[in-house]
Amino acid sequence: MATQTQTVSASRAGILPVMFAVVLGLGIITLTGHVQAAALHDAAHDVRHATGFPCH
Amino acid sequence: MFSRILTSALFAGAAAGLIAALLQLVFVQPVLLHAELYESGELVHFGAEAVSAHPELPGMFSELTRDALSVIFTMLTYTGYALLMIALMSVAEGQGHTIDGRTGVLWGLAGFIAFHLAPGFTLAPEVPGVAAADVYARQVWWFATVGAALVALWLIAFGGNLISYVIAAVLLMAPHLIGAPEPDVFTGPVPTEIGALFAARAFGIGLVAWVLVGTFAGYFWQSEGKRVEATA
Repeated sequence: MATQTQTVSASRAGILPVMFAVVLGLGIITLTGHVQAAALHDAAHDVRHATGFPCH
Repeated sequence: MFSRILTSALFAGAAAGLIAALLQLVFVQPVLLHAELYESGELVHFGAEAVSAHPELPGMFSELTRDALSVIFTMLTYTGYALLMIALMSVAEGQGHTIDGRTGVLWGLAGFIAFHLAPGFTLAPEVPGVAAADVYARQVWWFATVGAALVALWLIAFGGNLISYVIAAVLLMAPHLIGAPEPDVFTGPVPTEIGALFAARAFGIGLVAWVLVGTFAGYFWQSEGKRVEATA
C-alpha cells in the first residue's frame, strides 16, 4: 500500500516539470520562429528562412 | 527533475545551435543573399540577357550584426527544440527506454522529420522573395503538421502494434493530402535554381543540426543524471 502511494505521487511530481519544459520550449520556438512583431521578425529573418519556418 | 531537464537542454541546445548557426552562415546564407539580389530587383531573371550565376556577393561576416543575431536566434531555437526533446526523453526513460548519446541520434532523426521534413514536404523551405499564402494560415498548417508528425513518430517508436502504425501513417500523410495554404499566383522573382539549392541546403543543415541536438541531449541528460546522483 505504502509503495503504491509513493509511485503515484512520484509520477505526478514527474509530469509537472515535463509539462513546464514543453511549454517553455514551445514558447521559445514561437518567439524565435513565428511571432510577426517587426523587431523580432527582422532579427530572426535569416534563421526563419534557413530553418524552414513560414517567414512572411 | 526540472533543473536536470533545463540544464541538459541548455547545454545541448546551445552546442548544437552554435554549430548549426556556423554551418548556416557558410552554406545557407550565401544562397539567401544571392536570392535577395533578385528579391530587391538588383538582378532580374528572364530579362533580355542571361544573368551570371555568380554575382559579387557581400562577403561572409560583412554584416556582423545581422550574422550575430542569426547565431543568437539559431541557438535559441535549438534550445527550444532541446527542451521539448529532453522533456519527452525523460518520459521515455521513465517507461524503461535507454536514453544516451547513441540512442539520441534516433531522437534527432525523429526531430528532423517532425520539425523540418514533415512541414517542408509541402511547404518547402522558402528562399526570400518567393510567392506564398498568408503567413498566419501557413503557421497554423505548420504547427498542425508538426504536431501530427510528433504523435505519429511517437506511435512508430513506442506503439508496437499494427494499429498504431496505421494511425501513424494516416497522421503523416493527412496534412499533405489536405494540402497547405498556397499562393493564388506565382510572383517570385528568384530563379528556380537558387530556390532548389536553398531548400536542399536548409534540409541538409537541418538534418545535421537535429542529429547533433539528439546526441548532445542524450549525452547531457545522462551526465547530468550522474552528477545529480553523485551530489545527492
